[in-house]
Amino acid sequence: MEPALNINGLDEVEYQLIASIQNGLPITARPYAEVSNKLGVSEEEVVERISSLIKRGVFKRFGIVVRHHELGYRENAMVVWDIADKDVQTMGNKIKTYPFITLCYRRPRQLPEWRYNLFCMIHGKSRDEVTQLLQEMISENDWCDMPHEVLFSKRRFKQCAANYISQPGIKT
Amino acid sequence: MNEVDRSIINHMQEGFPVCERPFAILAEQLNLEEKELMQRVQALLDDGTLSRFGPLYNIEMLGGVYCLVAMQIPEHDLEKVIETVNSYPEVAHNYERTHELNVWFVLAAETESQLEGLLTDIEKQTGYPTFAMPKLDEYFVRLKFDA
Repeated sequence: MEPALNINGLDEVEYQLIASIQNGLPITARPYAEVSNKLGVSEEEVVERISSLIKRGVFKRFGIVVRHHELGYRENAMVVWDIADKDVQTMGNKIKTYPFITLCYRRPRQLPEWRYNLFCMIHGKSRDEVTQLLQEMISENDWCDMPHEVLFSKRRFKQCAANYISQPGIKT
Repeated sequence: MNEVDRSIINHMQEGFPVCERPFAILAEQLNLEEKELMQRVQALLDDGTLSRFGPLYNIEMLGGVYCLVAMQIPEHDLEKVIETVNSYPEVAHNYERTHELNVWFVLAAETESQLEGLLTDIEKQTGYPTFAMPKLDEYFVRLKFDA
């Protein structure tokens, strides 16, 4: 399928630029020059456009993405809560103040199989550590009665960035 | 991983210079030679400490969609289903978790309709239903881990 262009003000060059570096920048002294050669534009233009994409928030970050498991964060627990819809936002905003929380989202329930609508993630060095952090948060806020479950990761089958941008005119 | 690698990782999670000689600039800040920095980044990618070097994009700003998907797969079929699911390039993360819904992965697609097509296709290929749990509200996402 041809991607729609001009989404959120992206022009075709930007779209091609994103597509060409979505799997990573080349590790060379002048990586932007190498990218620019592929795209047939100047190095200066690539630098300007990437800076602009960062400024506009299209790139959340520009640099590296770590595998937390390899950094010693071997456990990740997805903690899911069943919270009254009117209270979800307040609780989400409270949860995010804890430094060990790495993510906090509201998601749809899937009744009857799945009753939970608030998801947060805790990364830690061990299962015991994660459990202890969670218990601290629960007791500090008096959340003992809030229905929740902890889903520990058992095995990681895949961790990578998804490819979803098709690459018009660019061979990978 | 040594102290130099740790400081490279902590620095580069904050950003990477966008200029003619980015490695040279960063190397100076880290008190390294440009060449050594490049070699170390390459080594951290090769050994899997880093999953990528480049942009982390905000998929919604590109008009794309992400969706967390859960499946309930019995043990005897797990390997086969995982292999099938992982074969899709649109699958970003895939974990087995301690729950009846034991397989959890993230799907990325260009459009909602493409996402639905992928879910239907995965159900057909694996023979099991999928539970799509897209993000409705984001309260927080952390982008940095201390090395």
